[in-house]
Amino acid sequence: MALLRRRKQPDSDPHPDPDQDPKPDEEDDKEQKASKKSNKNGKIKNYSCLDNCCWFVGCVCSVWWLLLFLYNAMPASFPQFVTEAISGPFPDPPGVKCLKEGLKAKHPVVFVPGIVTGGLELWEGHQCMDGLFRKRLWGGTFGEVYKRPSCWVQHMSLDNKTGMDPPGIRVRPVSGLVAADYFAPGYFVWAVLIANLARVGYEEKNMYMAAYDWRLSFQNTEVRDQTLSRIKSNIELMVATNGGKKAVIIPHSMGVIYFLHFMKWVEAPAPMGGGGGPDWCAKHIKAVMNIGGPFLGVPKAVAGLFSAEAKDIASVRALAPGVLDSDLFQIQTLQHVMRMSRTWDSTMSMIPKGGDTIWGGLNWSPEEGYSPRRSKHGKNDTESPTVSDSASEVTHANYGRIVSFGRDVAEAPSSEIERIEFRGAVKGINVANNTCRAVWTEYHDMGFGGIKAVAEYKVYTAGEIVELLEFVAPKMMERGSAHFSYGIADNLDDPKYTHYKYWSNPLETKLPNAPDMEIYSMYGVGIPTERAYVYKLTPAAECYIPFQIDTSAKDKGEDGCLKDGVYTVDGDETVPALSAGYMCAKGWRGKTRFNPSGIKTYVREYDHNPPSNFLEGRGTQSGAHVDIMGNFQLIEDVIRVAAGATGEELGGDQVYTGIFEWSEKINLKL
Amino acid sequence: MASVLRFRKLCLTTLRSYEPSEITLKDNKPKVDKKQEKSQVIGNKKVRWGCVNSCCWFIGCVCTTWWLLLFVYHCVPVNLGGLNGPEPPGVRLKNEGLTALHPVVLIPGIVTGGLELWEGRPCSQGLFRKRVWGGSFAEALKRPLCWLEHLSLDNETGLDPPGIRVRPIPGLVGADYFAPGYFVWAVLIENLAHIGYEGKNMYMASYDWRLSFQNTEIRDQTLSRLKANIELMYATNGNKKVVVLPHSMGVNFFIHFLKWVEAPPPMGGGGGPGWCAKYIKSIMNIGPAFLGIPKAVSTMLSAEGREVAFIRAMDPGLLDSEILGLKTLEHVMRISRTWDSIISLLPKGGEPIWGDLDSAPEDEHRCDFETKSYFQSTSRENNNSRNKVTRPQIEINERTKYGRIISFGKTASEQHSSKLHKLALVELMQAISNATCGEVWTEYGKINRNNIQMLADNKAYTAESAIDLLRLVAPKLMQRAEAHLSHGIATDLDDPKYAHYKYWSNPLETKLPDAPDMEIYSLYGVGIPTERAYVYKLSPADRCNSIPFRIDSSAEGGCLRRGVYYVDGDESVPVISAGYMCAKGWRGKTRFNPSGSPTYIREYQHKAPSLLEGRGLESGGHVDIMGNVALIEDVLRVAAGASGEEIGGDRIYSDILKMSERVKIEL
Repeated sequence: MALLRRRKQPDSDPHPDPDQDPKPDEEDDKEQKASKKSNKNGKIKNYSCLDNCCWFVGCVCSVWWLLLFLYNAMPASFPQFVTEAISGPFPDPPGVKCLKEGLKAKHPVVFVPGIVTGGLELWEGHQCMDGLFRKRLWGGTFGEVYKRPSCWVQHMSLDNKTGMDPPGIRVRPVSGLVAADYFAPGYFVWAVLIANLARVGYEEKNMYMAAYDWRLSFQNTEVRDQTLSRIKSNIELMVATNGGKKAVIIPHSMGVIYFLHFMKWVEAPAPMGGGGGPDWCAKHIKAVMNIGGPFLGVPKAVAGLFSAEAKDIASVRALAPGVLDSDLFQIQTLQHVMRMSRTWDSTMSMIPKGGDTIWGGLNWSPEEGYSPRRSKHGKNDTESPTVSDSASEVTHANYGRIVSFGRDVAEAPSSEIERIEFRGAVKGINVANNTCRAVWTEYHDMGFGGIKAVAEYKVYTAGEIVELLEFVAPKMMERGSAHFSYGIADNLDDPKYTHYKYWSNPLETKLPNAPDMEIYSMYGVGIPTERAYVYKLTPAAECYIPFQIDTSAKDKGEDGCLKDGVYTVDGDETVPALSAGYMCAKGWRGKTRFNPSGIKTYVREYDHNPPSNFLEGRGTQSGAHVDIMGNFQLIEDVIRVAAGATGEELGGDQVYTGIFEWSEKINLKL
Repeated sequence: MASVLRFRKLCLTTLRSYEPSEITLKDNKPKVDKKQEKSQVIGNKKVRWGCVNSCCWFIGCVCTTWWLLLFVYHCVPVNLGGLNGPEPPGVRLKNEGLTALHPVVLIPGIVTGGLELWEGRPCSQGLFRKRVWGGSFAEALKRPLCWLEHLSLDNETGLDPPGIRVRPIPGLVGADYFAPGYFVWAVLIENLAHIGYEGKNMYMASYDWRLSFQNTEIRDQTLSRLKANIELMYATNGNKKVVVLPHSMGVNFFIHFLKWVEAPPPMGGGGGPGWCAKYIKSIMNIGPAFLGIPKAVSTMLSAEGREVAFIRAMDPGLLDSEILGLKTLEHVMRISRTWDSIISLLPKGGEPIWGDLDSAPEDEHRCDFETKSYFQSTSRENNNSRNKVTRPQIEINERTKYGRIISFGKTASEQHSSKLHKLALVELMQAISNATCGEVWTEYGKINRNNIQMLADNKAYTAESAIDLLRLVAPKLMQRAEAHLSHGIATDLDDPKYAHYKYWSNPLETKLPDAPDMEIYSLYGVGIPTERAYVYKLSPADRCNSIPFRIDSSAEGGCLRRGVYYVDGDESVPVISAGYMCAKGWRGKTRFNPSGSPTYIREYQHKAPSLLEGRGLESGGHVDIMGNVALIEDVLRVAAGASGEEIGGDRIYSDILKMSERVKIEL
């Protein structure tokens, strides 16, 4: 009601101005007289600091309310109008464009969100979480992180041994489209895509968000929540209620490998699988449109597990960088983050797969010779030949060495590196005192000997990374290796590959027998993406993570591949193009042993263009890992496929990087 | 946000006259003033304290205090308030060792489910996937006409109007809270969660409550969705049958589902006979409107029901204000008449159930408003008129004629039937002439004033003839709705016509599925006066599009209060409608219940909450009963595996058994 009353005012607002202006003065005069009187009475009125403060607050409040009112009264189209006035007319959103072309909702659509972006809510908790029943713990405003940080960390962690709920705590994924439409207020994930799909007629009945608890290993989501059964049942339901039209699946990020797991699970016989029978996928799935899929893992996951320093995995850090260094957690934020994220099995699903064959060895890597396409970033358009010369010098980067200790090691020819075997080295006895127990990570079981042994080995390739992690975090990897595998299958018909731990690794499974299904790999390119790291030992302290990215390691040139201790290649900021593209470009292309039925694959790359001005928000041509979900071109492709188009009709492959050349360099039996 | 708004209001009321001048001055004045102040303070210690400044000062003070309190409030440990409250039933039962066993399906009733916008007209820009029903109703106030337009359905088809898609909100959020702080399912959900329920074994079957039941399947495939989810939960929870908890209109919706799911496609779900027996353990109907509610009649006739036209109760001021150009009620009627679902709540079973002109099952009901002080407002008067209490009861020996659901004038409601002036409705059918209203909103616009007078001359309508009356005043609406819903009693249930879906939601025209182990509960509140019959008058206004009938709120006496006759019930549903089927119609093996599914009646005596209790732990109100501790305990026990016998069988406070005896239906 206050609003209504408010609304009437502006009408009378501008007009009485001139009349009203003098009035206060008159009143002031009266006041003056009054105060004179009061003076006479001997009561002297003083303005204390407090009064002035109150006065000031009052002013600010009034102005604020006025603005708030104007904001509320403003027509909803106003911001768009302003933006268009400044930066020219917007192109039609892809949904509207497609609608005008006459496209209509046809195939039901299933979204599979990635890691981190899905919301989690509390169903049962300890005393300290009172009053938060069914409130979001993850996603949303993260208000609780600040209010009761240690309680929050406790509830977000899983059990160290089982990788499931700790006793007395139940944190569950939010279900429905709200689970991942916005990650935080204003930070869209699926919202733009959903809105555009809605324009051509999609709604809840033909759109399904397959929300799952992204902290669990994939099979455990089925064991605990029956998430996979739920997805199966919902896809079946949607196919049935939409007149037998097959579903279009849109997984994003980790959702991609989650869905790979699902496709194996659903056709496997019960009890380990879903018992859908060998042609379930052929019957129910039209296309799988993987967005930014880390098919073969991301090197970032290594850094995340090794030292809790990756950006995306431990996105807590990116979210609130200040918190990390503050005293809020008694300076142990990183350790807390590491302890928490190490209980999440899912992070281990993203460890680089395929070992040296895919990611390169000591002396070679598929991306060899890559140099960043600087002009794309639009920073310095005046490209001088000298700089490009220096860029060509930098091409020696040995991407295969995913972790190297010291920059010199990272660049030296392999013959010059002295490596001392770390496997089997004595870990030594932990000397850390009890205060470290609060932030328990497995590093505290490791003495100096172990740490030294790790550093002495100097260089780790993708294959050795797994062993390294097994060495520094044996318990975690033991848990993880029961659910994930990182190798390459020699013989896919080996009966051991019916175990679920292989299902999420595209190099150890066959695609389902569904020749009409299409697999797309859609990802952004043109953003430097973490590929290899230069590490150093941390100066000793009591409770610490002994390894740290050596941020002092840098290339000389502005555009070198080494920056802040990280070698970058082309990708979407999180997933290197190699991981996202290889399977669709080569591994599954045509009839291969990984794709026995010859499912058609398409690579669709989207070149990154940063938003031209701040009004565009996160851009309509972005290629970044999450922002690509707002990329108009990608959305258009999705809508076309959902409305019935095939990959050929979209235009087949669309490639900007050297993904095909890189793929050729990979020597994998197909 | 709410608090800020409240606060803003406070300030504005004190400020209204000064605000404009203050705002215009904000740029130049304050600085000048401040300087002056300072100089004056320094100079002669005498200050000009302008009115504007005082206001600012005042606002500042209030703001600061408010923030301080807010801050303190946030700093107080959360469980401080919780310590005082009694232990919730969920925790108590958990300590007894109960754990989640059977999956639970929640089916919300009319009005309480949220609706969100998926596609709309330009005026609704920016509301994509925002709630248009439920929540704060902010849009209803901001752009009322736009809002009304989006909530109404198509007049002809009863489905979406072109270019507008409003859809139910799926998931538990669909109906846990109706508006912020006004719980519907939230308390029950929380208690279920205490004994181990979560998303995987609890499903909210939200549906678009504006549509007729079969249309929810046609448009949204809601019934298929419900079927698939029940099957899924059954499979993923170790083949445990589900416990279904429908509330209010959800009860009728679920009866429809029971028939639909076993009927062969394309009309039905093709689950085959035995589906219900396989998947459903028990149906715990909360506040069921099995046989409809008289309120629906008044809603359709004059948009005056209380709960069904919830809009009115929510914003009573709105109705009489000029915001919508004095036609709020007409607008409400216009949109609510596009909602087929309200028709599903019209009284079913006609005169055998609801009584004829002279007798009704509730005949012996005694209206003891005063002794039990039903109405809080009148309780004070009672104290000084205690000695008078016996008098009205003697008067009541002249029995209230509840059978006359609509009567025109108080005398018509009391006279013996022989004295009533009666016209055959067929005569009235003639000469419905075109009136001259430009835009026809409600179908009243088409009815000639003389005909309305004739309708009123007919004096009294029973449950059956009230529906005839509606057919006369709203022919299109009834034609549309009666393609989907039926309100009679079947003489021969095996007649093949009953295979049509329009009979499925009427328990008197369908058989229960063949599921001898399936338990049917009827859980409802009693002890609150509930609308049962109405005294109408012609409304004086003769404008275009006005509603010609109005409840005669001056009629008082006996069970009659402000033009409404009351009986026992839960404020919305009379006992006879909620209880009859389980007390008699389905009890044992009857023709409506051929397999003899056990039925149980659980009544909950209403106790008005004390001031601090909020909506009460022992309330019997139609919606508030969802927070009733005893009901929650019953639900939890059944969900954890108990049978109806184990929770104590019937539990009856009202006269439902006697009333049921008086209903003469072949069983």
